[in-house]
Parts: sequence; C-alpha cells; structure tokens
Amino acid sequence: MSADQIISQYPAEYAKFADALPGQSVAWLRLLRQDAAQQFSAHGFPSLREEAWRYTNVSAIEKKLFSPATSTEIGAIDIDSLNQHLLADAWSVVLVDGHFSASLSMLDGVPDSVTVMNMANALEQKAELLESYFSQAVAAKEHGFVAFNTAWFSDGLFLHVPAKQVLTRPIQILHVVTQAGFMANTRDIIVLEESAEAKVLETFVGCEEAYCSAAVMEVSLAQNADLTLYKLQMEGEKAYHFGGTYVKQARDSRFTHHNFAFGGLLARNDIHTDLNQAAECDLNGLYLGVKRQHIDNHTRINHLQPHAISHELYKGVLNQRAKGVFQGRVLVAEQAQKTDSMMNNRNLLLSDDAEVDTKPQLEIYADDVKCAHGVTVGQLDEQSIFYLQSRCVDKQTARNMLTFAFANEMVEKIKLADLHDQVLEQLLIRFPQVGIQHNWL
Amino acid sequence: MLSIENLHVNVGDKPILKGLNLQIKAGEVHAIMGPNGAGKSTLSHVLSGKSGYTVTAGNVTYQGENLLDLEPDERARKGVFLAFQYPVEIPGVSNIYLMKAALNAIRKHKGLPEVDAMDFLTLVKDKVKLLEMDEKFLYRSVNEGFSGGEKKRNEILQAAILEPSLCILDETDSGLDIDALKVVAAGVNSLRAEDRSFLMITHYQRLLDYIKPDIVHVLADGKIVKSGGPELALELEAKGYRWVEEQVA
Repeated sequence: MSADQIISQYPAEYAKFADALPGQSVAWLRLLRQDAAQQFSAHGFPSLREEAWRYTNVSAIEKKLFSPATSTEIGAIDIDSLNQHLLADAWSVVLVDGHFSASLSMLDGVPDSVTVMNMANALEQKAELLESYFSQAVAAKEHGFVAFNTAWFSDGLFLHVPAKQVLTRPIQILHVVTQAGFMANTRDIIVLEESAEAKVLETFVGCEEAYCSAAVMEVSLAQNADLTLYKLQMEGEKAYHFGGTYVKQARDSRFTHHNFAFGGLLARNDIHTDLNQAAECDLNGLYLGVKRQHIDNHTRINHLQPHAISHELYKGVLNQRAKGVFQGRVLVAEQAQKTDSMMNNRNLLLSDDAEVDTKPQLEIYADDVKCAHGVTVGQLDEQSIFYLQSRCVDKQTARNMLTFAFANEMVEKIKLADLHDQVLEQLLIRFPQVGIQHNWL
Repeated sequence: MLSIENLHVNVGDKPILKGLNLQIKAGEVHAIMGPNGAGKSTLSHVLSGKSGYTVTAGNVTYQGENLLDLEPDERARKGVFLAFQYPVEIPGVSNIYLMKAALNAIRKHKGLPEVDAMDFLTLVKDKVKLLEMDEKFLYRSVNEGFSGGEKKRNEILQAAILEPSLCILDETDSGLDIDALKVVAAGVNSLRAEDRSFLMITHYQRLLDYIKPDIVHVLADGKIVKSGGPELALELEAKGYRWVEEQVA
C-alpha cells in the first residue's frame, strides 16, 4: 500500500470544518486532535480484519460520507417528541446534531461545587482540569471510531463531581440527530472524585433517515466513587451508532452500567473498564433486534489489582433476520489475586434467520481467583411452554410471556422509576406481536 | 370421569405403554405404583398433553370427550390438572398472576364471571394457610428459587385454587420429608370431593399412609398388571416390585 493512498474520504471532508471545532485555542487538545486525525487518515474506520471487529462490517459508514452538522435550526425539532425522552426529575444536557442546545437543556439548581456543562463551554472555562482526563481512559489508537471522535468531536458533556458530593438528581445526556446524512460526533468526560456518587443516563434518538451517531465517553472514578450509568439507545431504523464507554476505576470504586440497545440499523457498543484494588463493576445489557438490525456489544474488563469484583449479564432477543454479536473479554492480571468475576451472555433466537455470534474470553494470569462464564443461545424452553399450557395458557401466549419475561429481567434492574417505565414502554413497542400484558409481571 | 382403553404410546420408536386400561369414576382416588421405567410418568404426560409422545393405539375419554384431541391448555381449562414431578421455574412471571389467569380461564370456560383481584387474594390467602406456605411465595416468580418441598406445595396450592375435576399427581411425594409430606397430603385430602377424581402416581408406598386410595394399580412394563384395594400397596411394600415383575414375566 503506497503512503499516499487515500483510505478514507472523511479527513479531507472534515478538514473544511476544522476552524469551527471547539477548543481550537487549547494547545494540548490541538495536538491530540492532530495526532488522532493522522491516526485516522492512516487506518480509517475499523475493518473486519481486526479481531475486535470481525463480526461487524462498518464499511457502509465510509461509503456514505456523513457530513458534520455545523449548526442546527432548533425550529426543525419537534420539541414535544423530545420531551417524552427527558426524565421528569433530571438535570439534562441536550445535544442536537452533536451541538449543545441551551434552550432545550435544564441545569437549574445544580450545586455550585458540581460542574455540569457542555464540552465546548468546558474547553473555554475548564481546559486545565480537562487535560488530566482527556484521552486517559482511551487513546486514539484504540480504533478508528475513537481516533475519528478525538479528531473531530463537536461537543459533549463534562461532568465533574467533587469529593463526597452525592448528586440528588440524575444527569441525562439526550443525543438527537435531526437530519439525514448527518454525523453527530460527541465526547463526554465524567469525573467523580473520592466518595462522590452520581447517576447518569445517555439517551440516543434520531430521525428515520440514515445518519450516524458516535459518542465516546471517558469516565474517571476516584477512590470509593460510585457511578450508575444508563444507556438507552433508540436510534432510528436506518441509523449507524457507535458508543464507546471507557472507565478507569480507582480503589473501592463502583461502576454499574445498564445498556439497552434497541435501535439503529447497525449499532456497536464498546464498554471497557479498568479495575483497581477492590473496585467493582456490574455490566448489564439487553439488546433487541428485529428486521435486519445488527447489534454488537463488546466489553472488556481488566482486573488489574487484587480483590476486584466484576459481574456481567448480557441478554439478547433476536427476531426475523436480526444479528447480535457479543464479545466479552475478562483479563485478570498476574497480581490481581482474589478476583471475583462472573460473565454471562444469554440469547434467545425467535426466528430461523436470526443469528448471534457470541465469544466470551477469559485471560487469567493470577492463580487464586474465582472466574466463571456462561453462554446460552437458544429457543424458548419447551418445558416452560408446556408448564404454562398445563396452567390454561395457550401456546402463543405462553411463548409471549416467556419472551417478555426473559427481556424484562434486565428492565427490572433499573432503579430510576421514571426510566424504568420508559424502557418498559420501549419493550412493549418493540415487540408488538408479543401482546404483552403489564400484569404478567 | 376418565376411561383409558388399550393405550399404546411410543417415545420415538420405543414402545413405553403397551395396552394400558384404566377406568376412574367421579370421586375416586386411584394410585398407580410401579418400578422406575414402567411408564408412570409417560402416562401422566400423555394425559396432560405433553409433546414428544406418539399414541399408536387406544382411546382416552374424559367426561365423554376424546382427551387426546385437545391441546394441553384446553385440557387444563376443562379441569385436568397435572401436579408436576419436576415443577418448572418461570423467571419473570409472577406466581400469583399465573394462578389468577388460570383460574379465570377456567371460570370463563364454565361460563362464570372472572374473579376480581380482591376476591382472588382472599381465596389465595386461605389456601396458602392450608398448605402452610409463606405468602411471599405468591409474589415471587413461578417456582424460581423455591426449594424442592416448596415447589411441590406450590403445585398443590394451584390445585386447591383451580379445583380441577381430574387431578393427576406425578410423584408429588418424591423428595419430601415427612413434615412436608403431611402438609401436602392434608392439602390433597381437603380437595377430595364427590365430583373430583385423583390419579396419584408414586414410587413409594409411604404416600398412601397419608392419602388413602380407593384402588391401587401396579404398572409394570407399560401395562397395569395388578389392581386391588389399599392392601395391595402394603403387599407391594412387603414383597417389592420384583414380585410383580416376576408375575408378569
């Protein structure tokens, strides 16, 4: 391959808009962006040849050459339909086509000691603080989406919670893409100082035409900090979605993730966490695929120090011609003795054409650990169907009950009542043939 | 109530039941005993409509109707109840919901109005006491995390609520300690009625000390080889199943 061969059309296209990117006056960021742009120019978006991407073909994103939205007419947005996605009792940051909308966001009453602001603004006001966290949990060389994101992100969220502060309300980041052909490319930084606690929700929605939404989030949890992160991905039917969540957990910190992947034509999530001594992570996921949806979840848990705990449960329900991918990797470093790790991936295939590729990987270099993993791919249990039939439930309803119960287990784990109802509603909408009744619960 | 004539059943190519005859009248309690592999569970599964069994000959008539033509849920609505040997865990479906839905399906079939939530709760709590169960089991997922004994009690609780015409107990006594067995037996005895029949399938004579059958049958090699009064169970206890098998051979 010659040095001047063009791998991707994106760098040339996005260079035109470089002046409009936030933080151009911040020296360290300019360097990071340059480096990332070079990285991306050299390699482009990930290819099937990369092990972590062998089941997910993203070449359509290159072909479609999605353009950056430089500004958005707020008038084009249906405010009412947006409001239905906002939690009633949360502070919110709304990003429309990758740009912060102050008028749609709600940040009244945030304590003075806490920083919740959009990334463009944070780069003006808090650049020095940000420098310690930017590109720390993930580097541009990770893969093409992270490089692309670092080089050309347009906005995002910066959340900083000082030591011992417990946020009384959840923070919601609502990502909306309003127009066909757009790429929303956002970067979030979340920092919880020692013993701080927060709950954050990321919501992704968009129009019915093809677009791309790519969000990279870096999370830094100091000693004994506690973050619950919810992700509700409800992109439009033709959308491409990439979400990367990269977490660094200091000693005794706790990270709980609830990842609901419902929308998009092609959706990929990367969730990585580094666990230091006695840190704990709990990764929960539910993916529902219909029609020709392709949903890929890729998790990596690094046990770096002793006594850390990781629990992971990902469930998939795939119907029609949908395809699911689960790659779960747990690495236990040599010094990470007394690691307690449990990984499970359970899949329900509802049609003959639905497919799932699941690949759990354990790499254990320590000798005194408790690690387990399990994978199931199957249809509904015939014994269970017969049991329900013997209790007067007809066969189709029995199947529906079991399908719903399988998925609902993940919804029941949601602790925010408002969000629980929202996600349950999505479950009901997305399996209309199931004829779910609320009182089955 | 139930008439089984010359029933032949295969699992795959293998004959399991080989010409079984059984008549159960309303109000009677029949016990079927037999060694492992005799076809006891096959009989209960075929009567309740489980798939995987092929009836190659014979008839089963229940309340004048061909039972084998009906789907499992239709049989249940018409009053056939199977207490499972191994009750199935159904995560995510609440126990109390399933019982209420089943009861209302049966009532609808009988042309009766559905019971409302309050009346149902009163009914259920009564029965829970009878079976000395903790009310918290009502609100858990069906059988999920129940101990073996709790699962069996839950089966009888369902029978008590659904008030079936034909109640098939498939090794309901297996795996129960004596205290649990007494409770389950008391539950079953409280259900005995003129218009309700029981088919108890068991491996152990012990159950019959607590639930007195009208007729005892011995099932061996796919057929009923001997029938008699309760004294037959005692004879079996004393002589062992080998005695019956020798008689067949």
